[in-house]
Amino acid sequence: MAKESKKNKKTIHHTQIPKTPTGITGLDEITGGGLPAARPTLICGEAGCGKTLISLEFIVKGATEFNEPGVFMAFEEKAEELSMNVGSLGFNLEQMQKDKKLKIDYVHIDRSEIEETGEYDLDGLFIRLNHAIDSIGAKRVVLDTIENLFAGLTNQAILRAEIRRLFQWLKEKGVTAIVTGEKGEGASLTRQGLEEYVSDCVILLDHRVINQISTRRLRIVKYRGSMHGTNEYPFLIDEDGISVLPVTSLQLEKEVSSERVSTGIPALDKMLGGKGFFKGGSVLVSGTAGTGKTSIAACFANDICSKGKKCMYFAFEESPSQIVRNMRSINVDLKKHMENGLLQFQASRPTLHGLEQHLVAIHKVIKKFRPDAVVLDPITNLITVGSVSDVKSMLIRLIDFLQEEQITVLFTALSLNNIVNEQTDEGVSSLVDAWILVRDIEFNGERNRGMYIMKSRGMKHSNQVREFVITDKGIDLVDVYLGPDGVLTGSAREAQILQEQTGKVLRNNAMSMKDREILRKRKILEAKIASLQSEFESAEEELNKIYIEEELVKKVTDGNRDEMLKRRGGGEEVAGKNGKK
Amino acid sequence: MKTKECKYELRLYIAGKTAKSQTALANLHKYCEEYLEGEYKIEVIDLLVKPQLAEGDQIFAVPTLVRKVPEPIRKIIGDLSNEEKVLVGLNIRPANKK
Repeated sequence: MAKESKKNKKTIHHTQIPKTPTGITGLDEITGGGLPAARPTLICGEAGCGKTLISLEFIVKGATEFNEPGVFMAFEEKAEELSMNVGSLGFNLEQMQKDKKLKIDYVHIDRSEIEETGEYDLDGLFIRLNHAIDSIGAKRVVLDTIENLFAGLTNQAILRAEIRRLFQWLKEKGVTAIVTGEKGEGASLTRQGLEEYVSDCVILLDHRVINQISTRRLRIVKYRGSMHGTNEYPFLIDEDGISVLPVTSLQLEKEVSSERVSTGIPALDKMLGGKGFFKGGSVLVSGTAGTGKTSIAACFANDICSKGKKCMYFAFEESPSQIVRNMRSINVDLKKHMENGLLQFQASRPTLHGLEQHLVAIHKVIKKFRPDAVVLDPITNLITVGSVSDVKSMLIRLIDFLQEEQITVLFTALSLNNIVNEQTDEGVSSLVDAWILVRDIEFNGERNRGMYIMKSRGMKHSNQVREFVITDKGIDLVDVYLGPDGVLTGSAREAQILQEQTGKVLRNNAMSMKDREILRKRKILEAKIASLQSEFESAEEELNKIYIEEELVKKVTDGNRDEMLKRRGGGEEVAGKNGKK
Repeated sequence: MKTKECKYELRLYIAGKTAKSQTALANLHKYCEEYLEGEYKIEVIDLLVKPQLAEGDQIFAVPTLVRKVPEPIRKIIGDLSNEEKVLVGLNIRPANKK
């Protein structure tokens, strides 16, 4: 006891009562640390909802993980039966009994061999229990199910008084006890009203079948002196025991990464700012039937594995071998990754179990395999096992979980061929970080695939429609042509390319003709310019000639006048001279 | 192992010397003397002293009277105050009083 409370002190907050961890996945999270220590807890529910298993796991985990031996007092099953029943879960009860970690005490009550006369009490049971507890130093006790006493004994007054005393005694003994009880009729939790006696913690298990699919759920009805989750939590019984999924205790506090993960399609990476998705992000690929959603998913998985990282592929529609075969046709070899252990397929029909159980199962395998990326193909099929809102809430929780684990997830979703549905693919389009839409473009008598990025949070991305082609070599994206009649794809695109090529040749030809003409014109003009030049020169010469003549005349007349003046001034000599001349 | 004359082997489980166990023991002695004289053997087991014995005979209430021999095992719980029931339970009456 001292050891136990010491251990609990480490984990409790100041206002919380001491708790005993159950070791059952998820249950400790819901209860905020476990069951109330040194007090009895009632687990009730219908037949076959897992009461015995949950209480046995409490004992086994206590013995193996917390070093707290336990006593299992069985009123229903014999020790050997119990060991056999839980042997498939990997609990070796016989070995544990030998190791003094566990004691199973089977209380056989057979009404046919019992007579009651007069007063009695259940001290025999107390002594047995006490002996069992003391012999191994048990800290945990399970009574499964004490209501069987009511079937074997008739004196209710004694029984009720004794059961009350038993619970009191268990508290005094300082053991953490689980008492199981069958669900009673109507509103009462147990058939014999055990909840009256156990006032500290009551857990109700439920097993519901909706649409032919069963889901087990757990709810804490009351937990005195402690905070606890109040919702119904789904739980799963599988080869590892019980897992409870605290699905709504998740918070929006996860870390984010700015690391990028390639999509596996280089052209798509280019559309997403050249690098691809964010690591730990969620991607939705939606599209109508046959648009290549699985191919995109396979390319992504292939790329992850090629980089030596692990990928987990949840297939809800096709079997792994079918996917491997189909993807080989587009040059994506998934088989080698499977052999290397990098790729793991988890194929299951959605109708295998309920949504919650799918979620629990996905959680478990992811925790085990620890992949870097997860593919769910397709989520649409989950709708067959739940309503749209159920699927949405499941996917929210899945995305939250994966983001917390920094796992990139790619969903594919089938959408029907109408606009309304495009906006509401299982209602998850608002949750995901990136949404790629693949759709058919029907035009010109053929069907082609177009790809858009509807959104991609936190990164630059292309707003262009790309044509998405699947060839023997893989997936590629091609720019679509925006012709006068709208978007052109497929053969129309090819035709447009050819047409444009022809146009180019013609244009080139026209260009060269024009060039030559210009050259010719230039030559003509140049020739004209030369002739005008010479014309101008001759005109200039003409004008110059007149000017020179005038100058000459002026010179001559000037000379003559000078001569005349000289002659007048110098007498005959000047005249004579002139006369001589 | 026991002597063959012992037609009836009875065990009375008690938990300490309580009023109930004393009543039961007294009643048992009375009935045995009356109906099974010389043919019986009574073993009283105090579970406070030997708690490990409770499991073997599937004892959960005290006092409990267990008829080990003859087979089948019969159990009578309570202080044995109802003579009729004890005798029916031990299957004594039909054997002696036809």
